[in-house]
Amino acid sequence: MTMSWKLICKQEDLIEGAGVAAMVNGEQVAIFYVPESDNKVFAIGNWDPVGKANVLSRGLVAHLQDQWVVASPLYKQHFVLASGECLEEDIKVPHWQAKLEGNEVFIAAN
Amino acid sequence: MISSVSFLTTKPHLVVIGNGMVGHHFVEQMIAQAGHEAFQITVFGEEPYLAYDRVHLSEYFTGKGAADLAMTDGTLYDEHGVRYFTNSLVTEIDREAKTLILQNGESLSYDKLVLATGSYPFVPPIPGHKRDNTFVYRTLDDLDAIRACAKQVTRGTVVGGGLLGLEAANALKNLGLETSVVEFAPRLMPVQLDEKGGAVLKEMIEGLGVKVYTDTATKEIIDGESAFHRMNFADGSHLETDLILFSAGIRPQDALAHQSGLTVGERGGISVNNHCQTSDDDIYAIGECALWNNRIFGLVAPGYAMAKSAAGHLLGDVGVTFTGADMSTKLKLLGCDVGSVGDAHAQSQGCKVFVYQDEISQSYRKMVVSEDGKKLLGAVLVGDNSYYDTLLQYYLNAIDLPEQAQALILPTMGDAPVGLGVDALPATASICSCHNVSKQDINDAVCHGALSVGDVKGITKAGTGCGGCAALLKKVVDNELLALGVEVSTDICEHFAYTRQDLYNLVKVGGIKTFAELLNQHGKGHGCEICKPAVGSILASVWNDYVLKKEHISLQDTNDRFLANMQKDGTYSIVPRIPGGEITPDRLIVLGEVAKEYGLYTKVTGGQRIDLFGATLSQLPEIWEKLIAAGFETGQAYGKSLRTVKSCVGSTWCRYGVNDSMKMAIDLENRYKGLRSPHKIKFAVSGCTRECAEAQSKDIGVIATEGGWNLYVCGNGGMKPRHGDLFAKDLDDETLVKYIDRVLMFYTKTADRLQRTSVWMDGLEGGLDYLKEVVIDDKLGLCAELEASMQHVVDTFQCEWKTTLQDPEALKTFRQFVNYEGSDNNVVFVEERSQMRPATEAEKQQLIAKVG
Repeated sequence: MTMSWKLICKQEDLIEGAGVAAMVNGEQVAIFYVPESDNKVFAIGNWDPVGKANVLSRGLVAHLQDQWVVASPLYKQHFVLASGECLEEDIKVPHWQAKLEGNEVFIAAN
Repeated sequence: MISSVSFLTTKPHLVVIGNGMVGHHFVEQMIAQAGHEAFQITVFGEEPYLAYDRVHLSEYFTGKGAADLAMTDGTLYDEHGVRYFTNSLVTEIDREAKTLILQNGESLSYDKLVLATGSYPFVPPIPGHKRDNTFVYRTLDDLDAIRACAKQVTRGTVVGGGLLGLEAANALKNLGLETSVVEFAPRLMPVQLDEKGGAVLKEMIEGLGVKVYTDTATKEIIDGESAFHRMNFADGSHLETDLILFSAGIRPQDALAHQSGLTVGERGGISVNNHCQTSDDDIYAIGECALWNNRIFGLVAPGYAMAKSAAGHLLGDVGVTFTGADMSTKLKLLGCDVGSVGDAHAQSQGCKVFVYQDEISQSYRKMVVSEDGKKLLGAVLVGDNSYYDTLLQYYLNAIDLPEQAQALILPTMGDAPVGLGVDALPATASICSCHNVSKQDINDAVCHGALSVGDVKGITKAGTGCGGCAALLKKVVDNELLALGVEVSTDICEHFAYTRQDLYNLVKVGGIKTFAELLNQHGKGHGCEICKPAVGSILASVWNDYVLKKEHISLQDTNDRFLANMQKDGTYSIVPRIPGGEITPDRLIVLGEVAKEYGLYTKVTGGQRIDLFGATLSQLPEIWEKLIAAGFETGQAYGKSLRTVKSCVGSTWCRYGVNDSMKMAIDLENRYKGLRSPHKIKFAVSGCTRECAEAQSKDIGVIATEGGWNLYVCGNGGMKPRHGDLFAKDLDDETLVKYIDRVLMFYTKTADRLQRTSVWMDGLEGGLDYLKEVVIDDKLGLCAELEASMQHVVDTFQCEWKTTLQDPEALKTFRQFVNYEGSDNNVVFVEERSQMRPATEAEKQQLIAKVG
């Protein structure tokens, strides 16, 4: 399987310790910049399946039980940034591999 | 003349006669089980008031009003189609025709009838018992009459030294009368206490200045020489007194049963079976008028249990029966603890007793145990009720006593744990007998997310009847929380082992300016959505930095992060500040124009402002540019901070206004508008005592008086309404502001995160008096610091939107997408009442289908 990296934006477009939204192939992606983490950047779907709105990029980033998560700004469920899994409910949002190279941000597009 | 009341309904007609605590509880039970759908329910009450809390009747003398004691204001009845009539005495039941006749001559038919007529006070037929200045103690009207008489006289006497008699004696004492109690039996509280217990209680009560005559029969009441009455006793002695209050027990109010030929007991009471049915299958009797197994139950909890079984039977649930009730009680009478459990008189066959008596500190305790010493059968407590809960649980649940059973009534020595840990209670243990709530019910409530005593009360109603189980309830809740692994910890979260108050002090004293610094010095890990916004708020309270600064932006919660209020579809609402609700026509037009331009849904808020809904993230800066150009500032509706100062128009326009509430409101709003606090804060200022601004429901309420301003603190509307406490009276402008500065800063400094002032006050040790000592008397020597802190916040105010518009870094964060100029296609609006609103899921699918 080949994986192609897609350039999304520059590092200066990101917000330290928080998320921004990007449009990738017609899909909304939430990109988080967490300088303290090993991976630095994460990408999950922007759609909140509980609140039913495109808002996850606007949630608060938290570190719980050794995982980086975002708390939905609507009803506060936590989604793991690395996997898209929800800590409270048996649901999952899409996630993509992401990387910061130089000052460019990429996600793995299919 | 007899007119007829008829109701147009096809449902069977259920009539409840009597609207006391039990009659009301019956209606509640019916409604809870949807009985109002099966029956047309009609309630008749003889008194002018709907049901009120007779258990706490005496509090009517210590500041509570009729409204505080009311168990309903009629809303519950109205909402469920229950008709109710006060001042309506039913005088006759015609069981053949199934009709009732009222005192006013009206008649109406019934299909099922519930008698909840309660009891009436027994007045011994002593010659002279009908003289003026003689009273009973049963209704609010009785209390009004007693109060009116007590104002004129100096001496009062209660005839009857039982539970209610002593309660009444306490009331007379509180009304400032020289008080005596005359009891026919050889001791006080003859039903609940044994001889020694009664003697100890007598001594304690006499120590409080109340004269007690036991073993005393009153022969007659005649004109007194030095007082209004003279009571002549059988032994030849006499007592002079101005006011006599009869409280010699109760008698079931069974007049209707006599009149209509229902079976009644030899000594009164309407005979009922286990479903509380009388000798007529269509008529039920519940509460103190009912006689079950030849017993009358004069407490509220058994009455509630009867109400439940009658309601169950009417609705086809025959499983809920009334089969007697525990009559154990604990009380504080005249400040003395008295408790009585089960067989207090040791009448069970072969029983043995343990007794502990301490004549120095005046306490007496007795345990009655079974012949084999294994079970507790009864107990008497005088002087210290802290032993009651444990004893009651042993008794009610028939738990085997420990080997050294006497330890249960011995004083605690050293650290040895005494009593029964709540985890030893079986799941079926009854914690609240008024509402029949078991330990299991509490466990269930906790498992379903009730994480505080308040939550558990709300769900189970435990602790909301007589309130006697409050301490036990708290222990059980804490224990359940612990058992579930919910640590009853005051740490704010896993990243900081500190309370919010600790963090505030660390930030202030350590001069800490950023979250990273605080985490580095005092925390661990990387923070979460609990500690980040809490610390963000503390940093703002102390240093008042711009909240979207690079080092603060990731701390801000949903609304603070974008300085607007996120709505369910991810769009925002915008609320500019309109201090005191005063706005010029020109500015009003600007709001209209902006709303029109961006197609925003427009609504006037509860805080006298205007809310514009439906702006997308990227529209926020553009809209604010226009608002600021027109002279508006941010309203901080998104922050845990001062929201609004609501105001009436005040003395400048109003015919009744006594002071300029408008100016005061605007000044206060402008002073405190920048303050970040543990939770949102609302103010109101009323220009006179008519209180049109509803200031008593606000965190800070100010009401104009002839002498200046009255200040109320810690009120709340919302989910748990609380009237503000009157903090200080007739203040001048300067003192008013000084006190508000101090109260708000003390709250900001000491409250828990997301704790409103009302809850803060309720949890403040020492309550209102303590707060007064801190703020008015400067007990903690803090006032100068509190004022300086507030002045710093006032001096460093900035409009966060103005700052944002000048900060390109901050503006960057308002882009909808970092790599695309389009908008969020999930934000869809439809029109309703000439404005737009978010489309529902179904509407969205329809709209998308059309487009597709």
